[in-house]
Amino acid sequence: MPAISFQSVSKSYPSPRGPQGGSFLALDGVSLDIQAGEFFGLLGPNGAGKTTLITILAGLAKASAGRVSVMGHDVQTDFAQARRALGVVPQELVFDPFFNVREALRFQSGYFGVKKNEAWIDELLESLGLADKANANMRALSGGMKRRVLVALALVHKPPVIVLDEPTAGVDVELRQTLWQFIAQLNKQGHTVLLTTHYLEEAEALCGRIAMLKTGRVVALDSTSALLSSATGNVLRCVVDGDLPAELAAKARVTGRVVQLPAADALVVEQHLTQLRQAGLTVRDVEIRRPDLEDVFLQVMNQHPGRDDGGRV
Amino acid sequence: MTGWQMLLYKEVLRFVRVAAQTITGPILTALLYLLVFGQALESHVKVYGDVSYTAFLVPGLAMMSLLQNAFANSSSSLIASKVMGNLVFLLLTPLSAWHWFVAYVGAAIVRGLVVGLGVLGVSLFFAVPPLAQPLWAVTFALLGAALMGALGVVAGLWSEKFDQMAAFQNFVVMPMTFLSGVFYSIHTLPPFWQAVSHVNPFFYMIDGFRYGFFGISDMSPWFSLGVVGGATLGVGVWAYALLRSGYKLRS
Repeated sequence: MPAISFQSVSKSYPSPRGPQGGSFLALDGVSLDIQAGEFFGLLGPNGAGKTTLITILAGLAKASAGRVSVMGHDVQTDFAQARRALGVVPQELVFDPFFNVREALRFQSGYFGVKKNEAWIDELLESLGLADKANANMRALSGGMKRRVLVALALVHKPPVIVLDEPTAGVDVELRQTLWQFIAQLNKQGHTVLLTTHYLEEAEALCGRIAMLKTGRVVALDSTSALLSSATGNVLRCVVDGDLPAELAAKARVTGRVVQLPAADALVVEQHLTQLRQAGLTVRDVEIRRPDLEDVFLQVMNQHPGRDDGGRV
Repeated sequence: MTGWQMLLYKEVLRFVRVAAQTITGPILTALLYLLVFGQALESHVKVYGDVSYTAFLVPGLAMMSLLQNAFANSSSSLIASKVMGNLVFLLLTPLSAWHWFVAYVGAAIVRGLVVGLGVLGVSLFFAVPPLAQPLWAVTFALLGAALMGALGVVAGLWSEKFDQMAAFQNFVVMPMTFLSGVFYSIHTLPPFWQAVSHVNPFFYMIDGFRYGFFGISDMSPWFSLGVVGGATLGVGVWAYALLRSGYKLRS
């Protein structure tokens, strides 16, 4: 039995645009099984449907078609059991300003019907570096601290399946490391983890298997190592002192001055360097490396152009 | 504590934490009404035989405060959680629509009763109305608080912004509670306004509650019980159905 199962899940929203009303297809027949104990990554550009998929999994939205289950429990017909098995860290930094951290954790624990949970609450506070903030009002916490509380709230009922929706967006390095250590430890103990993130290096380092979504469809689904080895060729990385010529700019990953170009072999590397020189650019710190997940991601996204209708049906 | 009990406890704790705003404030407001209207009208307005006007006013004010605060509790809690976004924590739990209903309406009843009793308590310094039929008073207090708590759930689910909630409060709840015979016996009104009052369910709640004190009322308490009981059941079913369908909660 898979820990999470999506079967032909579609979701359409009424579209406010267009004279006929119409609807927007956010998910288009997504099928995906995640086995117990997996650390699974869900990647895709903004608007690909990652969060929609997670809101349906969490019961915050209803699928227009298809079935979703958690540990064998349908999220609609058997919602109480499905939600007991699921811990969700929402993307938004939301909190209840009336209560302090410990109270929030006690309430959440109580809603799940978990009794005498103080020892686990203390352990969560300790593991997430929140012990000295237990009695602080949620309003008084920094963004990073609020994020930790969200993680603690998601785990308070000891769910076997944990979902993290972009948990490291806008989070500092220290918290990111604490968080990943903690989540990796939970995964080792047998918890299934489903992660969405825009930080592809995090997904590459953590996830055993990855699905890539684009305009509501699964466009790649494989183990991280298989996806990495599927990438053809190498990558030329260098630093340049000006704007790239148009032809190269179309293929390049540019981060400030750092330029990364796909390069199948030595001949292509030479061609790239020649073009850069001809454009009058000074090239420094040249390096050839194996493709990383971001290269694979861009390759996959380019191979699957979005639907022409942009999701409108 | 089971899940819904925890939610009920949290909802009660929420208003107790800001008691100055949710309990003391409304009691003080009712006290000011009692002082100003009682002082100004005591010698001018004749109601039920030898009942003094101030004594007549006390149960009406207590019930009005009870109704307004029961409504305010469930409606403001829901709209605030929706606007703040923290309602998601509740949506992720296994609590069913029925659990939500019991907890939100239950906390609204608690706040309504606390404020209503508070108003009665401080009013005793000015006038002591008899408690002729206490069971009637308790019945109407409970039904009224449940009705308004459930109406607050409906309004809280329907509103998306604070100003929509304020509109509901200012244009529906306030006029209906004020025009319900809190400050007068509707027999003193011209026939047209008497007729209007008879379609206002708040009138029956106030009138029935007052019967519990004086053993006299504008309408038969049994008739009022029928109207208020029916309205409570109707609004209760409406609120439950909205919760159950996930109206504006689950897309």
